[in-house]
Amino acid sequence: MKYKDYYDALGVKRDASEAEIKTAYRKLARKYHPDVSREKEAEVHFKEIAEAYQTLKDKEKRAAYDQLGQQQAGQEFKPPPDWQQRYGETNFSFDDLDLADLFAGMRAGRGGGGRAQNMRMAGEDYEVPVEITLAQAFNGTDIELNLSLPEYDQAGRMHRTPHPVKAHIPKGATAGQRLRVPGKGGKGMNGGRDGDLYLDISLRPDPVFRVTGHDLYMDLPLAPWEAALGASVEVPTLGGAVRLKIPAGARAGQQFRLSGKGLPRPRGSVGDLFAIVRIAVPDTLTEQERDLFRRLSEVSTFDARKALQQEGAK
Amino acid sequence: MKLELTELSWLDEHQHLSLTDLAELSGLSEVEIRELTEYGVFVPMQPEAPMLTYTAYCVVIARTASRLRDDFELDMGGLAVTLKLLGRVHELEARIRELKAQLPAGTSQL
Repeated sequence: MKYKDYYDALGVKRDASEAEIKTAYRKLARKYHPDVSREKEAEVHFKEIAEAYQTLKDKEKRAAYDQLGQQQAGQEFKPPPDWQQRYGETNFSFDDLDLADLFAGMRAGRGGGGRAQNMRMAGEDYEVPVEITLAQAFNGTDIELNLSLPEYDQAGRMHRTPHPVKAHIPKGATAGQRLRVPGKGGKGMNGGRDGDLYLDISLRPDPVFRVTGHDLYMDLPLAPWEAALGASVEVPTLGGAVRLKIPAGARAGQQFRLSGKGLPRPRGSVGDLFAIVRIAVPDTLTEQERDLFRRLSEVSTFDARKALQQEGAK
Repeated sequence: MKLELTELSWLDEHQHLSLTDLAELSGLSEVEIRELTEYGVFVPMQPEAPMLTYTAYCVVIARTASRLRDDFELDMGGLAVTLKLLGRVHELEARIRELKAQLPAGTSQL
């Protein structure tokens, strides 16, 4: 088991008062709580802070934690031989447990009832972030999660146990959507229901498509002559390439809506794909291209900045 | 070991659930959910019906509420204001994402 310095996590001294611990927690929770924070790695930070506070705010747990002695953070250690007799109402297998499990186990064993006295307890729910590709969102996909959750064996010893879950994400998922996997969280105790998993879906950034809800946006580069003369161009979509007829006189920023070519929604309808025109010019021109452009500039009466001049004259 | 495929359920506006189910799934009590309903955080399907039902999306909000209540020791009034403001923030973020999606690739940093 690896040692964690809970005092250090909260940024307080080891002899800090309860009030100082609470103040430090509140300040850090406000900064890192994943529901309200925009800080990088907020969830990881908040887990550390919350774990430290859960132990240090409780007099009995804090005393038990202090009795572990101060070690180097991250260092492997085992509680002293008499520690479990003194504090552990639950049996632990220290090798495969986390320090947080140890103190959570203390909580489960207390309160005038406890595990040993057949108190019915629902299993823990877990939130699991799941990143899928756009193609997976479009087609639906099977995912396998390899979680490791604390569980009790038949002898009542708490272990971290592999907890593989295979689930099918149906087509229609998009960023920010939640799916519930009933009964696949922590095991309930003494007849309590098993906890659930909540999958928090995010989409891997795609090099072509930008997503908003179930609609997609993409840049559609057109050569100047394609924009001016009109063209039939091939456009990639998640369901395969389609041909799009560009009318003559297409302007940069103009959007073409490809109805029903976005992401499917969970119950039948489909989002749209918007192709936004960008005018692309060659990085280098051949001599012939240069001549043709020069010739065009000589014969054309088109003034690209006419609107600017009119606005400036007002 | 061959893993069995598990059924998932969408937490969206098309699934409905009772007040009791919402309480069980979220960790909030029925009394707290009723109070947050009065504050307008949750909108029941039929507010006048004797048995309140909610859309499954309310589970997402209620679980957030449960976490915020526990982690910040918020009372229901503070929780209601926080959830309303968070909802507003999420709406604005969605709007920003929508607008940024319309910018040329490489110019958006969200």
